[in-house]
Amino acid sequence: MKTSIGARIPGIALLLAAMLFCIFPIVSMLSAALQPQGTIPQGISWPSDPHWENFAAAFTAVNFGNLLGSSTIYVLGVVPVAVLISTMAGYAIAQLRIPGGRVFYILLLIGLTLPVEVIVIPLYYQLRGMGLLDSYFALILPLIGINMPFAVFWMRAHFAGIPGELSEAANMDGAGPWTAFTRIQLPLSIPAIASLSLLLFLSTWNQFLLAIVLVQDPEKRTASVALQSFVGKYGSDLVLLNAGALLIMIPTIIIFLILQRYFVRALLQGSVKG
Amino acid sequence: MSTVDGNASEIAVAAVARRVESTSTRRPRRSVGARRLRWAGWLFALPAAVMYGVFVLAPLGSTIQYSFYDWNGIGRSTFIGLDNYVRVFTDPDLLAAVVHSFVFILFFSIIPVSGGLVTATLIRDIRSRALSTTARVLLFLPQIIPAAGAAVAWTWIYSNDGALNQLLRAVGLGAVARPWLGDFDWALIAVGIIGTWLSLGLCTVLLLAGIGKIDTSLYEAARLDGAGWWRELFSVTLPGLRAEIGVCVTITTIAALASFDVVFLATQGGPGKSTTVPGVEIYLLGFTQNRVGLASALAIVLMLLVLLVVGPIQRLFRERS
Repeated sequence: MKTSIGARIPGIALLLAAMLFCIFPIVSMLSAALQPQGTIPQGISWPSDPHWENFAAAFTAVNFGNLLGSSTIYVLGVVPVAVLISTMAGYAIAQLRIPGGRVFYILLLIGLTLPVEVIVIPLYYQLRGMGLLDSYFALILPLIGINMPFAVFWMRAHFAGIPGELSEAANMDGAGPWTAFTRIQLPLSIPAIASLSLLLFLSTWNQFLLAIVLVQDPEKRTASVALQSFVGKYGSDLVLLNAGALLIMIPTIIIFLILQRYFVRALLQGSVKG
Repeated sequence: MSTVDGNASEIAVAAVARRVESTSTRRPRRSVGARRLRWAGWLFALPAAVMYGVFVLAPLGSTIQYSFYDWNGIGRSTFIGLDNYVRVFTDPDLLAAVVHSFVFILFFSIIPVSGGLVTATLIRDIRSRALSTTARVLLFLPQIIPAAGAAVAWTWIYSNDGALNQLLRAVGLGAVARPWLGDFDWALIAVGIIGTWLSLGLCTVLLLAGIGKIDTSLYEAARLDGAGWWRELFSVTLPGLRAEIGVCVTITTIAALASFDVVFLATQGGPGKSTTVPGVEIYLLGFTQNRVGLASALAIVLMLLVLLVVGPIQRLFRERS
């Protein structure tokens, strides 16, 4: 594996270029966000006197506290329930081998490639009929349903890898399926459940299309929708707009940086499972 | 689709994992008591089945139903057979939307997968752990942020005073500087590049995982044979990554055909209809123009297009022969 330094330089340069491409938009936003308020920023330029207080102004302008609160409600409403019921279903299909489980599973796989645009219109009328429009449930309930194909798929793949003898042994000891599930299967599934939770957290937090259609109330926005209405309001004030956009992106970026290894592992597990 | 949003990365897994189950062996039949137990097992599956049925299958049924009607969402609806579908395939705006989504396959899928392949190979060859970790984190960042954030960032870069024009002017190409997203000829490409930005990291990380699984002795053998970088790429890396490439192509292609977030936020399909895609048209027809039937027909066409494109991709990448 000995390659001369000279031969490796083009490769490293190319890699640095790719990294630059990925970070460039963020740097460009940061540069605009730190300019004096009321000025029109010109491209990327590091201000001699960076105005970090713009972030405080943006904090108030986007009503950031409220935004964090409502986004958290969506995550807490969607992720635990979706994880629990998909884990149970994955267990039922892979371990309990329920009759018709294969048909159910194939039905779910169809949902895996279904773009959400295909069902957004009926969902609107359906939730209006239920009287849920504009409530937190208007987004929480459909998101749980829409995440089922992927989540069950994920958990089923996990449970398919656990030897069936384990449940059978539990059966002989007189444990019912529920006891076997909570005492034996769940503890073994923590890694799979953790990575599933991360992925569901991300897709819930960043949900856009369903959120603009099903929840009009500005107090109950997701991060993406908040950003969109922020663009509508402050579109011409590039300094505040960029500061606000960065601010809204920060929670997921922080969580990503802390859990970066797990995010990547979550994705890897997915592709390795095959 | 900041994701190739969350959702798309979720689909990632589908393709590869499907291979496993065909090889899993069936267990012998069990006793009558065990069979009753199996029925009781439905209690475990029921909540998931109900949520999926009520919030996915039922609306899907309604979309199919709406697509045969002329309905403004409020008043009486009239059955008009296939008229909405005929409209989808004859209305130049809607056809353009479909064409644009196929153009996006180049930017969301083909370029990021090829780029990801090169980047992943480069990261593997890097001895410095710090650099390779930094590279992975930076490349993956676009995957994490909400699409709205990506749209704000790129709208600013592409604007008249933005960084792209600044760069062009700095290298003496000021004559080509323009507000890119407002330009009829360039807006589609400009939006496509946002898609490339979103997908590149995902592909890199997935492919990097695949490279890690390739037997290192294959590389050593190739080097002993005097294979260069390109030869190694085509003889060892590419064949070894067949499944992972399949996954990347699948997710990113779905993301291209079903794109909505970035396009809607960056251009709303404009200027004119020059960047519109089926997702944006479904939203506009369904919620701002109250043409629910037509929007639904377009939605069904979109669903079928995804299946038609993804099906062959799955077959192509399924098994190494």
